[in-house]
Amino acid sequence: MTSIGATVKEPGSSKHYKTGSWRTFKPILDKDKCIDCENCILFCPEGCINKDYDIDYDYCKGCGICAEECPVKAIKMERE
Amino acid sequence: MEIPEEEFLAPGHRACAGCGATIGVRLALKMLGENTVAVSATGCLEVITTPYPETAWKIPWIHVAFENAAAVASGVERALKSQGKDDVNVVAFAGDGGTADIGLQALSGAMERGHNIIYICYDNEAYMNTGVQRSGATPYGASTTTSPYGKESFGEDKPKKNIPMIMAAHGVPYVATASISYPEDFMKKVKKAKETDGPAYIHLHQPCTTGWGYDPSKTIELGRLAVETGSWILYEIVDGEFKVTYRPMQRKPVNVYLESQKRFKHLADEEKERIQNYVDQICAELKI
Ligand SMILES: Cc1ncc(C[n+]2csc(CCOP(=O)(O)OP(=O)(O)O)c2C)c(N)n1
Ligand code: SF4
Ligand code: SF4
Ligand code: SF4
Ligand SMILES: [Mg+2]
Repeated sequence: MTSIGATVKEPGSSKHYKTGSWRTFKPILDKDKCIDCENCILFCPEGCINKDYDIDYDYCKGCGICAEECPVKAIKMERE
Repeated sequence: MEIPEEEFLAPGHRACAGCGATIGVRLALKMLGENTVAVSATGCLEVITTPYPETAWKIPWIHVAFENAAAVASGVERALKSQGKDDVNVVAFAGDGGTADIGLQALSGAMERGHNIIYICYDNEAYMNTGVQRSGATPYGASTTTSPYGKESFGEDKPKKNIPMIMAAHGVPYVATASISYPEDFMKKVKKAKETDGPAYIHLHQPCTTGWGYDPSKTIELGRLAVETGSWILYEIVDGEFKVTYRPMQRKPVNVYLESQKRFKHLADEEKERIQNYVDQICAELKI
Protein backbone atom coordinates (compact mmCIF):
# COMPACT_ATOMS: atom_id res chain seq x y z
CA MET A 1 0.00 0.00 0.00
CA THR A 2 1.26 3.44 -0.79
CA SER A 3 0.57 6.45 1.34
CA ILE A 4 0.59 9.89 -0.21
CA GLY A 5 -0.41 11.92 2.82
CA ALA A 6 -3.25 14.40 2.72
CA THR A 7 -4.34 15.71 -0.65
CA VAL A 8 -6.65 18.54 -1.59
CA LYS A 9 -8.15 18.13 -5.03
CA GLU A 10 -9.84 21.47 -5.66
CA PRO A 11 -7.34 24.19 -6.64
CA GLY A 12 -7.95 27.52 -4.94
CA SER A 13 -10.65 26.06 -2.67
CA SER A 14 -9.82 28.57 0.08
CA LYS A 15 -12.22 30.83 -1.81
CA HIS A 16 -15.04 29.01 -0.03
CA TYR A 17 -13.92 30.72 3.16
CA LYS A 18 -14.90 34.38 3.25
CA THR A 19 -12.41 36.52 5.13
CA GLY A 20 -14.41 39.75 4.65
CA SER A 21 -15.87 39.32 8.14
CA TRP A 22 -12.42 40.06 9.62
CA ARG A 23 -12.70 43.67 8.47
CA THR A 24 -13.23 46.69 10.70
CA PHE A 25 -12.31 49.30 8.06
CA LYS A 26 -13.63 49.14 4.53
CA PRO A 27 -11.75 50.56 1.53
CA ILE A 28 -13.94 52.70 -0.75
CA LEU A 29 -12.38 53.27 -4.18
CA ASP A 30 -13.32 56.37 -6.17
CA LYS A 31 -12.90 55.39 -9.83
CA ASP A 32 -13.15 59.04 -10.94
CA LYS A 33 -9.99 59.88 -9.05
CA CYS A 34 -8.11 56.73 -10.10
CA ILE A 35 -5.17 57.17 -12.50
CA ASP A 36 -4.78 53.45 -13.38
CA CYS A 37 -1.40 52.98 -11.71
CA GLU A 38 -2.40 49.47 -10.53
CA ASN A 39 -0.58 49.83 -7.19
CA CYS A 40 -3.66 48.69 -5.28
CA ILE A 41 -4.04 45.58 -7.45
CA LEU A 42 -0.37 44.62 -7.11
CA PHE A 43 -0.06 45.16 -3.38
CA CYS A 44 -3.33 43.68 -2.08
CA PRO A 45 -2.36 40.64 0.02
CA GLU A 46 -5.67 38.98 -0.86
CA GLY A 47 -5.51 39.71 -4.59
CA CYS A 48 -9.11 40.85 -4.28
CA ILE A 49 -9.07 43.98 -6.47
CA ASN A 50 -9.82 43.17 -10.12
CA LYS A 51 -8.65 44.95 -13.29
CA ASP A 52 -11.74 47.17 -13.25
CA TYR A 53 -10.82 48.24 -9.69
CA ASP A 54 -13.78 46.49 -8.09
CA ILE A 55 -12.94 45.36 -4.57
CA ASP A 56 -14.27 41.96 -3.57
CA TYR A 57 -15.58 42.60 -0.07
CA ASP A 58 -16.15 38.89 0.47
CA TYR A 59 -12.38 38.62 1.00
CA CYS A 60 -11.01 42.11 1.72
CA LYS A 61 -9.62 42.07 5.27
CA GLY A 62 -9.43 45.85 5.49
CA CYS A 63 -5.66 46.03 5.89
CA GLY A 64 -5.53 49.49 4.29
CA ILE A 65 -2.47 48.81 2.11
CA CYS A 66 -4.36 49.83 -1.05
CA ALA A 67 -5.35 53.19 0.46
CA GLU A 68 -1.82 53.76 1.78
CA GLU A 69 -0.21 53.00 -1.60
CA CYS A 70 -2.63 54.92 -3.81
CA PRO A 71 -0.67 57.92 -5.14
CA VAL A 72 -3.79 60.07 -5.62
CA LYS A 73 -5.70 59.11 -2.47
CA ALA A 74 -8.54 57.58 -4.48
CA ILE A 75 -9.16 55.00 -1.75
CA LYS A 76 -10.61 55.94 1.63
CA MET A 77 -10.89 53.65 4.63
CA GLU A 78 -14.27 53.87 6.34
CA ARG A 79 -15.29 52.21 9.57
CA GLU A 80 -17.73 49.34 8.92
CA MET B 1 6.81 45.75 -17.80
CA GLU B 2 3.69 43.77 -18.73
CA ILE B 3 2.30 42.24 -15.54
CA PRO B 4 0.11 39.18 -16.10
CA GLU B 5 -3.40 39.58 -14.76
CA GLU B 6 -3.98 36.01 -13.71
CA GLU B 7 -3.82 35.14 -10.02
CA PHE B 8 -2.51 31.76 -8.88
CA LEU B 9 -3.09 32.27 -5.16
CA ALA B 10 -6.77 32.34 -4.26
CA PRO B 11 -8.26 34.61 -1.60
CA GLY B 12 -9.75 33.13 1.54
CA HIS B 13 -6.28 32.24 2.84
CA ARG B 14 -5.77 32.86 6.54
CA ALA B 15 -2.84 35.31 6.53
CA CYS B 16 -3.00 38.24 8.93
CA ALA B 17 -4.51 41.35 7.33
CA GLY B 18 -1.65 43.14 5.58
CA CYS B 19 0.64 40.08 5.33
CA GLY B 20 3.67 40.68 3.13
CA ALA B 21 4.33 36.99 2.45
CA THR B 22 1.18 36.54 0.38
CA ILE B 23 1.97 39.67 -1.66
CA GLY B 24 5.37 38.16 -2.52
CA VAL B 25 3.91 34.82 -3.53
CA ARG B 26 1.17 36.43 -5.65
CA LEU B 27 3.73 38.46 -7.58
CA ALA B 28 6.12 35.52 -8.02
CA LEU B 29 3.40 33.20 -9.31
CA LYS B 30 2.25 35.80 -11.85
CA MET B 31 5.69 35.59 -13.45
CA LEU B 32 6.06 31.81 -13.14
CA GLY B 33 2.65 31.07 -14.63
CA GLU B 34 0.46 27.98 -14.50
CA ASN B 35 3.12 25.55 -15.69
CA THR B 36 4.66 25.52 -12.23
CA VAL B 37 4.91 23.17 -9.28
CA ALA B 38 5.43 24.82 -5.89
CA VAL B 39 6.94 23.37 -2.74
CA SER B 40 6.65 24.99 0.69
CA ALA B 41 8.56 24.50 3.89
CA THR B 42 6.61 24.55 7.15
CA GLY B 43 6.01 28.12 8.24
CA CYS B 44 3.45 30.89 7.98
CA LEU B 45 3.03 30.57 4.23
CA GLU B 46 2.27 26.86 4.38
CA VAL B 47 -0.11 27.24 7.32
CA ILE B 48 -2.07 30.22 6.00
CA THR B 49 -2.47 28.90 2.45
CA THR B 50 -3.51 25.33 3.27
CA PRO B 51 -6.06 25.15 6.08
CA TYR B 52 -7.01 21.52 5.39
CA PRO B 53 -9.18 20.56 3.56
CA GLU B 54 -8.73 23.81 1.64
CA THR B 55 -5.89 25.24 -0.40
CA ALA B 56 -5.26 28.71 -1.77
CA TRP B 57 -2.89 27.33 -4.43
CA LYS B 58 -4.19 27.10 -7.97
CA ILE B 59 -1.11 25.20 -9.14
CA PRO B 60 0.21 21.85 -7.87
CA TRP B 61 1.74 22.39 -4.45
CA ILE B 62 3.49 20.10 -2.00
CA HIS B 63 4.44 20.46 1.64
CA VAL B 64 6.65 18.09 3.58
CA ALA B 65 8.58 19.55 6.50
CA PHE B 66 10.32 22.60 7.94
CA GLU B 67 13.82 21.59 6.91
CA ASN B 68 13.60 20.10 3.47
CA ALA B 69 11.92 22.37 0.91
CA ALA B 70 15.05 22.32 -1.25
CA ALA B 71 15.34 18.52 -1.06
CA VAL B 72 11.67 18.08 -2.00
CA ALA B 73 12.03 20.56 -4.87
CA SER B 74 15.10 18.62 -6.06
CA GLY B 75 13.08 15.39 -6.06
CA VAL B 76 10.16 16.98 -7.90
CA GLU B 77 12.53 18.38 -10.52
CA ARG B 78 14.20 14.99 -11.06
CA ALA B 79 10.87 13.16 -11.23
CA LEU B 80 9.52 15.59 -13.84
CA LYS B 81 12.74 15.29 -15.79
CA SER B 82 12.54 11.50 -15.84
CA GLN B 83 9.02 11.87 -17.25
CA GLY B 84 10.42 14.07 -20.00
CA LYS B 85 8.72 17.18 -18.63
CA ASP B 86 11.59 19.62 -18.88
CA ASP B 87 9.43 22.71 -19.30
CA VAL B 88 7.82 22.78 -15.83
CA ASN B 89 9.04 25.40 -13.33
CA VAL B 90 9.79 24.03 -9.89
CA VAL B 91 9.74 26.67 -7.19
CA ALA B 92 10.39 26.33 -3.47
CA PHE B 93 9.14 28.90 -0.97
CA ALA B 94 10.65 28.80 2.49
CA GLY B 95 10.85 31.24 5.36
CA ASP B 96 14.04 32.67 6.80
CA GLY B 97 14.02 30.03 9.54
CA GLY B 98 13.46 27.28 6.97
CA THR B 99 16.32 28.71 4.91
CA ALA B 100 18.97 30.30 7.14
CA ASP B 101 18.65 27.76 9.95
CA ILE B 102 17.12 24.31 9.70
CA GLY B 103 16.89 24.10 5.89
CA LEU B 104 20.40 25.32 5.09
CA GLN B 105 21.91 21.87 4.64
CA ALA B 106 19.18 20.70 2.25
CA LEU B 107 19.45 23.98 0.36
CA SER B 108 23.24 23.77 0.10
CA GLY B 109 22.94 20.22 -1.24
CA ALA B 110 20.38 21.20 -3.86
CA MET B 111 22.53 24.14 -5.01
CA GLU B 112 25.61 21.92 -5.14
CA ARG B 113 23.84 19.23 -7.19
CA GLY B 114 22.74 21.90 -9.65
CA HIS B 115 19.02 21.19 -9.84
CA ASN B 116 17.00 23.33 -12.18
CA ILE B 117 14.92 24.89 -9.40
CA ILE B 118 13.95 28.34 -8.19
CA TYR B 119 14.27 28.80 -4.46
CA ILE B 120 12.60 31.86 -2.93
CA CYS B 121 13.27 32.63 0.70
CA TYR B 122 10.52 34.92 2.00
CA ASP B 123 12.32 36.67 4.79
CA ASN B 124 10.26 38.17 7.61
CA GLU B 125 13.31 37.99 9.86
CA ALA B 126 12.02 35.58 12.52
CA TYR B 127 10.01 32.40 13.10
CA MET B 128 6.61 34.03 12.75
CA ASN B 129 4.43 30.95 12.54
CA THR B 130 5.43 29.77 16.00
CA GLY B 131 5.28 33.19 17.67
CA VAL B 132 8.25 35.36 16.68
CA GLN B 133 11.39 33.51 17.75
CA ARG B 134 14.73 34.72 16.40
CA SER B 135 16.30 33.12 13.32
CA GLY B 136 19.75 33.47 11.79
CA ALA B 137 18.20 36.17 9.60
CA THR B 138 16.92 38.31 12.48
CA PRO B 139 18.73 41.65 12.31
CA TYR B 140 20.92 43.11 15.03
CA GLY B 141 18.94 44.80 17.80
CA ALA B 142 15.54 43.27 17.00
CA SER B 143 13.51 42.10 19.96
CA THR B 144 11.95 38.65 19.52
CA THR B 145 10.58 36.22 22.10
CA THR B 146 13.94 34.42 22.19
CA SER B 147 16.04 37.60 21.93
CA PRO B 148 13.90 39.84 24.13
CA TYR B 149 15.05 43.24 25.24
CA GLY B 150 15.19 43.95 28.96
CA LYS B 151 17.68 44.48 31.74
CA GLU B 152 20.02 41.78 30.46
CA SER B 153 19.71 42.30 26.72
CA PHE B 154 19.10 44.90 24.03
CA GLY B 155 17.60 42.31 21.68
CA GLU B 156 19.30 40.20 19.00
CA ASP B 157 23.06 40.53 19.48
CA LYS B 158 24.25 39.07 16.17
CA PRO B 159 24.13 40.60 12.69
CA LYS B 160 21.81 39.14 10.06
CA LYS B 161 23.28 36.01 8.47
CA ASN B 162 24.11 36.75 4.83
CA ILE B 163 22.35 33.88 3.09
CA PRO B 164 22.34 35.26 -0.47
CA MET B 165 26.14 35.55 -0.35
CA ILE B 166 26.38 32.01 1.04
CA MET B 167 24.30 30.92 -1.96
CA ALA B 168 26.55 32.91 -4.29
CA ALA B 169 29.55 31.07 -2.83
CA HIS B 170 28.04 27.87 -4.24
CA GLY B 171 28.71 29.28 -7.69
CA VAL B 172 25.09 28.93 -8.83
CA PRO B 173 24.10 30.81 -12.00
CA TYR B 174 21.55 33.18 -10.45
CA VAL B 175 21.31 34.82 -7.02
CA ALA B 176 19.28 37.92 -6.20
CA THR B 177 17.87 39.90 -3.33
CA ALA B 178 14.47 41.56 -3.66
CA SER B 179 11.71 43.30 -1.75
CA ILE B 180 7.94 43.08 -2.05
CA SER B 181 7.92 46.89 -2.06
CA TYR B 182 9.74 46.98 -5.42
CA PRO B 183 7.46 44.69 -7.43
CA GLU B 184 8.94 45.34 -10.88
CA ASP B 185 12.47 44.68 -9.66
CA PHE B 186 11.30 41.50 -7.92
CA MET B 187 9.24 40.23 -10.85
CA LYS B 188 12.05 40.81 -13.33
CA LYS B 189 14.27 38.73 -11.06
CA VAL B 190 11.69 35.95 -10.89
CA LYS B 191 11.57 35.97 -14.69
CA LYS B 192 15.36 35.70 -14.88
CA ALA B 193 15.33 32.91 -12.29
CA LYS B 194 12.74 31.07 -14.36
CA GLU B 195 14.87 31.39 -17.50
CA THR B 196 18.04 30.27 -15.70
CA ASP B 197 19.22 26.78 -16.52
CA GLY B 198 20.24 25.46 -13.11
CA PRO B 199 19.61 26.63 -9.55
CA ALA B 200 18.34 30.15 -8.93
CA TYR B 201 18.04 31.71 -5.50
CA ILE B 202 16.01 34.82 -4.59
CA HIS B 203 16.04 36.30 -1.11
CA LEU B 204 12.82 38.30 -0.73
CA HIS B 205 12.54 40.82 2.09
CA GLN B 206 8.99 40.81 3.45
CA PRO B 207 7.68 42.98 6.29
CA CYS B 208 5.41 41.21 8.79
CA THR B 209 2.87 43.34 10.64
CA THR B 210 2.45 40.89 13.51
CA GLY B 211 6.09 40.09 14.20
CA TRP B 212 7.58 43.52 13.58
CA GLY B 213 4.84 45.53 15.26
CA TYR B 214 3.44 48.15 12.88
CA ASP B 215 0.04 49.00 11.41
CA PRO B 216 -0.95 46.51 8.66
CA SER B 217 -1.45 49.33 6.16
CA LYS B 218 2.32 50.07 6.33
CA THR B 219 3.65 46.76 5.00
CA ILE B 220 4.81 48.20 1.68
CA GLU B 221 6.07 51.41 3.32
CA LEU B 222 8.22 49.40 5.75
CA GLY B 223 9.78 47.36 2.94
CA ARG B 224 10.50 50.60 1.11
CA LEU B 225 12.09 52.17 4.19
CA ALA B 226 14.38 49.16 4.57
CA VAL B 227 15.69 49.75 1.06
CA GLU B 228 15.71 53.56 1.17
CA THR B 229 17.78 53.52 4.38
CA GLY B 230 20.26 50.99 2.97
CA SER B 231 19.21 48.39 5.53
CA TRP B 232 18.26 46.02 2.70
CA ILE B 233 20.09 46.16 -0.62
CA LEU B 234 18.64 45.08 -3.95
CA TYR B 235 21.15 43.30 -6.17
CA GLU B 236 21.64 40.31 -8.41
CA ILE B 237 24.54 38.05 -9.25
CA VAL B 238 24.34 36.57 -12.74
CA ASP B 239 26.99 33.96 -13.49
CA GLY B 240 29.19 35.50 -10.80
CA GLU B 241 28.67 39.08 -12.02
CA PHE B 242 27.45 41.31 -9.14
CA LYS B 243 25.16 44.27 -9.85
CA VAL B 244 23.13 46.57 -7.61
CA THR B 245 19.69 46.79 -9.25
CA TYR B 246 18.30 49.76 -7.32
CA ARG B 247 20.04 52.70 -5.69
CA PRO B 248 18.12 55.06 -3.39
CA MET B 249 18.33 58.66 -4.65
CA GLN B 250 19.36 59.81 -1.23
CA ARG B 251 19.81 57.34 1.59
CA LYS B 252 17.52 58.02 4.58
CA PRO B 253 18.85 57.69 8.15
CA VAL B 254 18.35 54.15 9.48
CA ASN B 255 16.48 55.60 12.45
CA VAL B 256 13.42 56.29 10.27
CA TYR B 257 13.14 52.57 9.60
CA LEU B 258 13.92 51.48 13.17
CA GLU B 259 11.51 53.89 14.84
CA SER B 260 8.54 52.73 12.84
CA GLN B 261 8.61 49.21 14.31
CA LYS B 262 7.95 47.91 17.80
CA ARG B 263 10.77 45.34 17.58
CA PHE B 264 13.37 48.17 17.50
CA LYS B 265 11.59 50.74 19.70
CA HIS B 266 13.67 49.94 22.79
CA LEU B 267 17.06 50.60 21.16
CA ALA B 268 19.29 53.19 22.80
CA ASP B 269 21.10 55.84 20.72
CA GLU B 270 24.33 53.89 21.07
CA GLU B 271 22.87 50.76 19.47
CA LYS B 272 21.16 52.75 16.74
CA GLU B 273 24.47 54.40 15.97
CA ARG B 274 26.13 51.01 15.74
CA ILE B 275 23.46 49.92 13.24
CA GLN B 276 23.89 53.14 11.22
CA ASN B 277 27.67 52.64 11.09
CA TYR B 278 27.24 49.05 9.97
CA VAL B 279 24.85 50.11 7.18
CA ASP B 280 27.16 52.99 6.17
CA GLN B 281 30.08 50.61 5.86
CA ILE B 282 28.22 48.16 3.61
CA CYS B 283 26.77 50.96 1.49
CA ALA B 284 30.21 52.56 1.10
CA GLU B 285 31.57 49.28 -0.24
CA LEU B 286 28.74 49.12 -2.76
CA LYS B 287 28.76 52.86 -3.52
CA ILE B 288 25.14 53.32 -2.44
C1 LIG C 1 11.76 20.07 12.80
C2 LIG C 1 10.80 21.11 13.20
N1 LIG C 1 11.08 21.93 14.23
C3 LIG C 1 10.22 22.89 14.61
C4 LIG C 1 9.02 23.04 13.94
C5 LIG C 1 8.05 24.10 14.39
N2 LIG C 1 7.99 25.21 13.46
C6 LIG C 1 7.05 25.29 12.51
S1 LIG C 1 7.19 26.66 11.55
C7 LIG C 1 8.51 27.20 12.47
C8 LIG C 1 9.15 28.52 12.18
C9 LIG C 1 9.08 28.97 10.76
O1 LIG C 1 9.85 30.13 10.62
P1 LIG C 1 10.22 30.66 9.18
O2 LIG C 1 10.87 29.60 8.38
O3 LIG C 1 10.97 31.93 9.33
O4 LIG C 1 8.80 30.93 8.50
P2 LIG C 1 7.68 31.98 8.96
O5 LIG C 1 6.74 31.25 9.86
O6 LIG C 1 8.36 33.12 9.62
O7 LIG C 1 7.01 32.37 7.70
C10 LIG C 1 8.84 26.30 13.48
C11 LIG C 1 9.90 26.47 14.45
C12 LIG C 1 8.74 22.15 12.88
N3 LIG C 1 7.61 22.25 12.17
N4 LIG C 1 9.63 21.20 12.53
S1 SF4 D 1 -7.88 46.91 2.35
FE1 SF4 D 1 -6.25 45.38 2.09
S2 SF4 D 1 -7.38 43.50 1.66
FE2 SF4 D 1 -8.82 45.16 1.33
S3 SF4 D 1 -8.66 45.61 -0.85
FE3 SF4 D 1 -7.27 47.00 0.21
S4 SF4 D 1 -5.28 45.95 0.14
FE4 SF4 D 1 -6.87 44.41 -0.31
S1 SF4 E 1 -3.73 52.79 -6.43
FE1 SF4 E 1 -5.22 54.44 -6.68
S2 SF4 E 1 -4.70 55.37 -8.65
FE2 SF4 E 1 -3.62 53.44 -8.57
S3 SF4 E 1 -5.01 52.01 -9.59
FE3 SF4 E 1 -5.50 51.89 -7.41
S4 SF4 E 1 -7.14 53.37 -7.08
FE4 SF4 E 1 -6.22 53.81 -9.07
S1 SF4 F 1 2.66 36.47 11.15
FE1 SF4 F 1 3.53 37.81 9.56
S2 SF4 F 1 4.19 36.45 7.88
FE2 SF4 F 1 2.82 35.28 9.23
S3 SF4 F 1 0.77 35.49 8.29
FE3 SF4 F 1 0.95 37.11 9.83
S4 SF4 F 1 1.77 38.90 8.71
FE4 SF4 F 1 2.09 37.09 7.40
MG1 LIG G 1 10.24 33.88 9.12
